[in-house]
Amino acid sequence: MIKLIIHRLLIAIPTLILVSLIVFMLQKILPGDPVLTLAGEERDPVVLQYLRQKYHLDDPLPVQYFAWVTQVSQGDLGKSLRTDLPVTTLIAQKLPVTLQLASMAMALALLIGIPMGILAAVRKGGWLELGANMTALSGMSIPGFWLGILLIMLVSVQWRLLPASGFVPPAQDFWLSIKTMIMPAFVLSTAIAAYLMRHTRSAMLEALTADYVRTARAKGVAPARVILHHAFRNALMPIVTLVTLLFGELLAGAVLTEQVFTIPGFGKLMVDAVFNRDYAVVQGVVLCVAVGFIALNLLADVLYALINPKLRHA
Amino acid sequence: MKRLGKLASITTLLLFAGFASAQTLRLGLQEDPDVLDPHRARTYVGRIVFTSLCDKLLDITTDLKFVPQLATSWSLSDDAKSLSFKLRNDVLFHDGSKFDASAAKANIERAIKLPDSLRKSELASVESVEAPDPTTLVLRLKSPDATLLGQLTDRAGMMLSPKTFDEADVSAVGKKPICSGPYKFVERVQNDRIVLEKFDQYYDAKDYSIKRLVFKPIPDTTVRLSNLRAGDLDLIERLSPSDAGQVKKDSALKFMPVSGLGYQQIIVNINNGKRGEDSPFKDKRVRQAFELALDKQAINDVIGEGLYPPAQQPFPPASPYFSEKYAPSKRDVTKAKALLKDAGFERVKVELVSGNNTTETSMTQLIQAMVAEAGFDLNLRPTEFAAMQKEAGAGNFDLMLIGWSGRTDPDGNIYPFVTCKGPLNDGRYCNPEMDKVLNQARAESDPVKRKALYEQMQAILQEDRPEIYLFFQPWPFATTKKVQGFVPYPDGMIRLKGVTLAP
Repeated sequence: MIKLIIHRLLIAIPTLILVSLIVFMLQKILPGDPVLTLAGEERDPVVLQYLRQKYHLDDPLPVQYFAWVTQVSQGDLGKSLRTDLPVTTLIAQKLPVTLQLASMAMALALLIGIPMGILAAVRKGGWLELGANMTALSGMSIPGFWLGILLIMLVSVQWRLLPASGFVPPAQDFWLSIKTMIMPAFVLSTAIAAYLMRHTRSAMLEALTADYVRTARAKGVAPARVILHHAFRNALMPIVTLVTLLFGELLAGAVLTEQVFTIPGFGKLMVDAVFNRDYAVVQGVVLCVAVGFIALNLLADVLYALINPKLRHA
Repeated sequence: MKRLGKLASITTLLLFAGFASAQTLRLGLQEDPDVLDPHRARTYVGRIVFTSLCDKLLDITTDLKFVPQLATSWSLSDDAKSLSFKLRNDVLFHDGSKFDASAAKANIERAIKLPDSLRKSELASVESVEAPDPTTLVLRLKSPDATLLGQLTDRAGMMLSPKTFDEADVSAVGKKPICSGPYKFVERVQNDRIVLEKFDQYYDAKDYSIKRLVFKPIPDTTVRLSNLRAGDLDLIERLSPSDAGQVKKDSALKFMPVSGLGYQQIIVNINNGKRGEDSPFKDKRVRQAFELALDKQAINDVIGEGLYPPAQQPFPPASPYFSEKYAPSKRDVTKAKALLKDAGFERVKVELVSGNNTTETSMTQLIQAMVAEAGFDLNLRPTEFAAMQKEAGAGNFDLMLIGWSGRTDPDGNIYPFVTCKGPLNDGRYCNPEMDKVLNQARAESDPVKRKALYEQMQAILQEDRPEIYLFFQPWPFATTKKVQGFVPYPDGMIRLKGVTLAP
């Protein structure tokens, strides 16, 4: 197990270098000039020249990249060109927000998706399956930003039940924090719940026709136990993979949802940074997300081993 | 006993309502401001926050006259090369230190000398700063500069506590700006909120009844309005014109538009890069034809919902330099066609670059349809803003639709755009006559003579049409009915003197 983890961590290093290189190049390909966005409406030529030198934007690209890597290897992600704040501070501010949103969305998605998937598989061909499939289809096809605005209009403006947007740290007011976050989390969860439902359903259908399930049934095991203990446990593997990957995507920031509900998370940080050509922030956030993804993949492997004893010694 | 209980509960309720609502004003902004250091800041939206945070030497009235703020009076020497201010002596910075002439001197010197300063060009005429006594500030000028007073009503005239100036760490000021305005800085979470709190030792503190300000950046106009309607915000700026009707109908809201200092214009590429060399717009008749093909009133009616008053000049009607002579051009397709023909063109194929938001996209589509009838085949290229700025400088456009937020002094609305070396002259229009008049107007401190110079400028401008002015930019605010006493200013700033929140 420990060998597996160490091995995985070593593989991660070239991945990270590759990611940082690609992001660096992509940004340079983007049209636009950070100095123009920085210098303000007036575009004073003296200021333009000074800023270009200050941020070493007139250096050759390999020099710029090497300088950045040296900095990062010392634990310094640099400063935001726009607000002057250290990128690490920005990440520390936004990460908890995104984590909360992602966890709530994932919890909701699991609560909706998995039971629906199991039910749809067990009641194959019935009204229940049709209903679950329809719900999943709409969950996948309704655009989040549209659903978001609709919910704001209905729940916040019309009924005045929940705050329309924003973010309240849970440490400040726990219930208000949950109340502000529940709508965006729900919007985010719809698509994920739909994926989960469909994957659970197909994995369960496969498991339910397996020999060991027939044997269990023949032995007279209670139906609920057959479904949950025998079939579901075996169907769980692909779902774990899916959940960790989807969670990774959630961490990368739910750009549109964060925009609609004005949640100051990763997605918004990144989009604003791209629009302002705030290179340091874009690079820092992408690096951070890549690390998150690698950690989640590692977690998925560990989870496999826990669920499936066969893999523990592999 | 029962009655007493009822009374008590009503009192508690009133008290509670008082604490909960009458003390905090929540303002919805369109963007998150940049660095909160007036000498380094560049965004319009940042100025909205500064208005409550940092007092300036002078302020403006709704009709753009200068009024005292930190300076009680000012005078210009006879040779127009020295500008003296008398300063208030009852002003404290938020850290408790006293504001005086030497503090003002330190600020202006920082704005001029700091390598990161964006105020350098605004204060370019200042040779040296003197503080002969605590309430007298003297600016010695390299050459007469009529634009300087206007600059001092904005960020260049804002005063920070000099104690916060840190040579080693230039970003220290922006993290916790210490000014002398009616509200002091509490905290900022990027992309989420900026919180200010009333400064009790402010000299006019009694005129400010709101205790706390929370600025929330909400870029989506629909969501910003929804927050206002849901009661999560009290005041929002830059309402989308398409939502104006909805707000007017809502009895819980107030719609408060004001015509701004800025304008929306089409910049014509006359001589910038390869595109400029081959441009049909080198011939001014083609530029005139293009403007005559436009129906500015239709743009106002269809896109602006009546909030986009047609423009023909860079100075807004609120400005004392606005010229009555030039009414907005009316559409005249026949004349436009005739002008094109004179210039030797049957049809002209050109590209219009614009922002990629919904308002600008529909506006350019309308323009495309209008000018097609006069012989212009318009190819539209909506472009993301940062990329568009780069295209502008590189001359990679024939026509470009772009806004200007406007300046108090007339110079800021015209000089950078049409002088031969102007930093915003992306079309590279160059007419030595124009440069001469504008340089004279810059140096002329007598308002009557200055106005005459600007009239000369307008005559050249109307003949040459290096830029086509479409409409004056409005600042449409919306507030809840609870917000009372709010007066929108043409500069789009939110001044909270006398503003109250009804429970």
